[in-house]
Amino acid sequence: MTRTRCIGAALGAFGLLLWPGAAHAHLMSTGVGPFYDGALHVLASADQVLPLLALCLLAGLRGKASGRAVLFGLPPALLAGAAAGRWGPPLPFIGVASTLLLLVLGGLVAADRRLPLRLVIVAAAGCGLLIGYANGAAMAEARLGAVSLLGIATAGFAAAALVPAFVVSLRHAWMRIAVRVAGSWIAALGVLMAAWTV
Amino acid sequence: MNNGRQMINRVAGVVFAMVLAWPYVAWAHERAGESGGFLVGLLHPLSGLDHMAAMVAVGLWGAQLGPPAIWALPVTFPIVMAFGGALGIRGVPIPGVEMGIALSALALGIAILWEIRPPIAVAAALVGLFAIFHGHAHGGELPPGADRMLYSLGFVIATGSLHACGISIGLFHRWSWGRMLLRACGGSVALLGVYFMVSGLV
Repeated sequence: MTRTRCIGAALGAFGLLLWPGAAHAHLMSTGVGPFYDGALHVLASADQVLPLLALCLLAGLRGKASGRAVLFGLPPALLAGAAAGRWGPPLPFIGVASTLLLLVLGGLVAADRRLPLRLVIVAAAGCGLLIGYANGAAMAEARLGAVSLLGIATAGFAAAALVPAFVVSLRHAWMRIAVRVAGSWIAALGVLMAAWTV
Repeated sequence: MNNGRQMINRVAGVVFAMVLAWPYVAWAHERAGESGGFLVGLLHPLSGLDHMAAMVAVGLWGAQLGPPAIWALPVTFPIVMAFGGALGIRGVPIPGVEMGIALSALALGIAILWEIRPPIAVAAALVGLFAIFHGHAHGGELPPGADRMLYSLGFVIATGSLHACGISIGLFHRWSWGRMLLRACGGSVALLGVYFMVSGLV
């Protein structure tokens, strides 16, 4: 690549970044379409995404079989939970249950103990149902339909595909330790949130 | 080699241009209290030199002790700190919190200065004990209107990052000059601990 092309590409990138962002400033009220609203609701809310992240880290630490179990177990559970939340009654204990998920899943990641595959599947199903329910209830408040639930499940699928695969691929011991430290942070967050909410 | 350098320079130039063009307009429509909650939590451990010194010292001591302490101490600290934070949030009083924080800097500094090597369980228990004081101080200071989750997330990340700073400095321990550097850092932390203890008493 010649220098002129590089400079041109850099200027092009610079120009794109200067594109007036204010035109998109009110997406919080307009939304980005039901599918992406559903997907972004999971990924942009710390209380929704952190339990999913902890589950995916746990699956990655436990190996390929656990990663596959979460990949195929989490999205249907999210979809079922989201459907129940969208059309079912509001459940008062969902907030407390999400906090418990942070505590338990974060603690399991930090401890890095061997777990039976069945337990990982149960964790994926439970986490998917609870987080799905909370997101489905939010979709009901926003009066979004079934397409938003597909967005929620797709976001879960993306997380379950990428994060465990990344963790399984880690070869150096210190990288696995970094994952455990992240788990300890999530567990710590669970303890703090328990104090706020209980 | 020359091509590699040129490529690095070009990439650095593009990254620099992107940083300059960071779109601040995206902050215009934050939900009330959200980025404030995160940033306040993130900056809270950095706002006091006593907190910072003690948390960096945890990482330094872990690196000095080597495996498994190098990861056991930074894993132990945030979880036990959160229990202290929970006590602060629930309004459970702990006497002498500020003195405990100053004492943590003094004790950890001395441990690094003298290269004290207790059994891992003792080191983890000591660090855990001090973590309760630090957590209690953070837990009771949520600003009104801030998002609880993001505030907590911010201060847990900041705490972990300070440990990482300590571990990074502690990696010099493999060289003889690095060992001296670590001990000097320990001595500085201990002196800070003395200063904060005296300030607390006067």
